[in-house]
Amino acid sequence: MIQEKIKLAAHDVNLWFGQKQILKHIDVTFPERKITALIGPSGCGKSTLLRAFNRMHDLVPDARIEGRFLLDNTDLYGGPLSATQVRQRIGMVFQKANPFPKSIYDNVVYGLKINGVPKEQQHEIVVRSLQESYLWEEVKDELNKPAVRLSGGQQQRLCIARTIALRPEVILMDEPCSALDPISTAKIEELILKLKEEYTIVIVTHSMQQAQRIADKTVFMYLGEVVEQGPTASIFNNPQQELTANYVHGRFG
Amino acid sequence: MRQARREWWNSLGKQVFRLTGVMVIVVLMAILGMLLWNTAAFFLEISPVDFITGTQWDPSSSDAQYGILPLLVSTCLVTLGAMIIAIPIGIGTAAFLSEYAGSRLRNILKPIIEMLAAIPSVTIGFLGIVFLGPEIAQMTGQSNGLNALNGAILLAIMALPTIVTIAEDAIQGVPQSYKEASYGVGANRWETLTKITIPAAAPGILAAVMLGVGRAIGETMTVLMATGNVSAFPKGFFHSVKTITATIAIEMGEVPYQTTHYYALFAIATVLFAMTLVVNLIGEHFVNKFRKYQAA
Ligand SMILES: Nc1ncnc2c1ncn2[C@@H]1O[C@H](COP(=O)(O)OP(=O)(O)OP(=O)(O)O)[C@@H](O)[C@H]1O
Ligand SMILES: [Mg+2]
Repeated sequence: MIQEKIKLAAHDVNLWFGQKQILKHIDVTFPERKITALIGPSGCGKSTLLRAFNRMHDLVPDARIEGRFLLDNTDLYGGPLSATQVRQRIGMVFQKANPFPKSIYDNVVYGLKINGVPKEQQHEIVVRSLQESYLWEEVKDELNKPAVRLSGGQQQRLCIARTIALRPEVILMDEPCSALDPISTAKIEELILKLKEEYTIVIVTHSMQQAQRIADKTVFMYLGEVVEQGPTASIFNNPQQELTANYVHGRFG
Repeated sequence: MRQARREWWNSLGKQVFRLTGVMVIVVLMAILGMLLWNTAAFFLEISPVDFITGTQWDPSSSDAQYGILPLLVSTCLVTLGAMIIAIPIGIGTAAFLSEYAGSRLRNILKPIIEMLAAIPSVTIGFLGIVFLGPEIAQMTGQSNGLNALNGAILLAIMALPTIVTIAEDAIQGVPQSYKEASYGVGANRWETLTKITIPAAAPGILAAVMLGVGRAIGETMTVLMATGNVSAFPKGFFHSVKTITATIAIEMGEVPYQTTHYYALFAIATVLFAMTLVVNLIGEHFVNKFRKYQAA
C-alpha cells in the first residue's frame, strides 16, 4: 500500500456509557480522500465510534471518553477546537434521513446561516450542493416544498447536500442506505464515490457487498474493539484474524 | 354461541358510544341555540350598531346604555396583558425544563407547576386582593390596586401551568434526530432550540398558547375579584376594568327575567363565544400550516 496521508485518527480510545464500557482501546486511522468502511455485528460500537468523532456524545450526560481523537494532528477534544468547530469540519449523515421540518431550500441553507456564510453567497452554495448530491434536477422547480414530502432516497441525498454545503473535510455516514431500495442505494453509492475526490469519507455499513464496492479501506469491529483494519481487498480476501474471516464470510453477524 | 355474545357486546358498545356522542352534540347545539335566540331578542330592541359602537355600558340607569365596547376592550386588555406575561415565561420555562434542566430537576419542577393548575380561581383572586393589589397600589401611588394589570398578572399565573405543560410536551416530542442534524451542521444549543426545536414544536406550542388565551378570556372569578369592575371606558393597565365575564356574573343574578338587560347579557355572552371560537380557529389554522412541514 502506498503511504497515504492520515486525515482522521483515534488513539487508544475508551468510551463508557455510565458503567458500561462500549469502546475498548480503539486505534484506528482514516486516510485522506479515501472511503473507509466500518463493519461489524450489531451493537459492536460502530455508531458510537463514529459519533465520537464529531462530538455527538457531548450531548449525552453519562458518556465518558478517554484517549485521543485527531483531525490533521489537531485534537478534537480538549484542544483548540470547540464542539461546533469540530462539527463544521466533520459532517455527519445519519442512518435514517433526518431532514428538518422545513422546505428543501431551508434545509440546505440552515447550516450556512448558522455558520455566518454571507447572504450573497448562500444561494449559489445551496444550488451547488444540491447539484453535487445529484438532487438538483429532481427538485429545482420546487425548492420551497416541505422536505418531508421527498422520497426516502431523495431525503438522504438532501441530508448529504446539507452536509457538503458546509465544505467539511470529513463526512461520517452511519448506514446511509439501510432504509433505501436498491436503486436509491446505487445512486447514493455513486454519489459517495464522487464525493471521495474532495472529502474523506467514513461509512458504517452492514452490507459486505457495499463495503467491497466502494471502500478503499475497511475496519472490522467486534464487541467494542477494532479487530482488524486494512485495504478492503485484503480484509475480505485475506483476513489475518479468524474472527474477521468468519464475519466477512457471513458465518455470524 | 360465544361468538354471538361477542357480536352483541360489540354492537351494544357501538350504540352506547353513538348515543353519548349524539347527546354531547345535542347539548352543545341547545346551548348555542339558546345563546343565539336570546341574542336575537336583544337585537329586536337595540340596534346592533349601537351595541357594537356604544362606548357606555350602563343598563340600570333610566337612559339605559348597552355599548359593548368598554367590556370588550376590558376583556382584550386583561387577556392581552396576561398573554404578554405568560407566553414568554411559559415557553421559556417549557424550553428550560425540556432542554436544559437535568432529568432530576425536571421531575421535581414539573409536578409543582402542574399543581399550580389545581389552585381554585377564587384563591388566586383572593391573592390579587390581599397581596398583589396593595403592592400595585403602592407602586403606582393609587388608592387601590384592583385594575387590569392585577387581573392580567393573575390570569398569567393561571394560564402558565397549561402553557408550560403542553408546550413542554410539544418540545419534548421533537425527534432527537432533528436536534442531532442541527448540532451536526455546527449549531449550538441556543441555535438548535430557537431555530429547529421550537419551530418544530410550534403546533403544540400554539395549541398551548391558544388554550391559555381561551382560559384567560373565559376566566371569571379571578378578574371579578381583582380588576375592580368599574364600567367606565378602560384607559389602560393601571385602571379598573370590567370584563365581559365579570359583567355577566355580576349582573345575571339581579336582572329581571326577559328584560332588555337580561337579553343584553346573552348578547355579550355570544360575543365572548365568538371570540373564543375565533381564537380556536386561528390556532387551528396555524397548527395545520406548520404540520405541513412535519413528517407524516
Ligand atoms: N446513549 C447511550 N447510552 C447507553 N448505551 C448506549 C447509548 N448508545 C449506544 N449504547 C450502547 O452501546 C452499544 C453500541 O451501540 P452502537 O449503536 O454503537 O452499535 P452499532 O455497532 O452501531 O450497532 P448497529 O449496527 O446495530 O447500529 C450498544 O450496546 C448500545 O446499547
Ligand atoms: Mg449503528
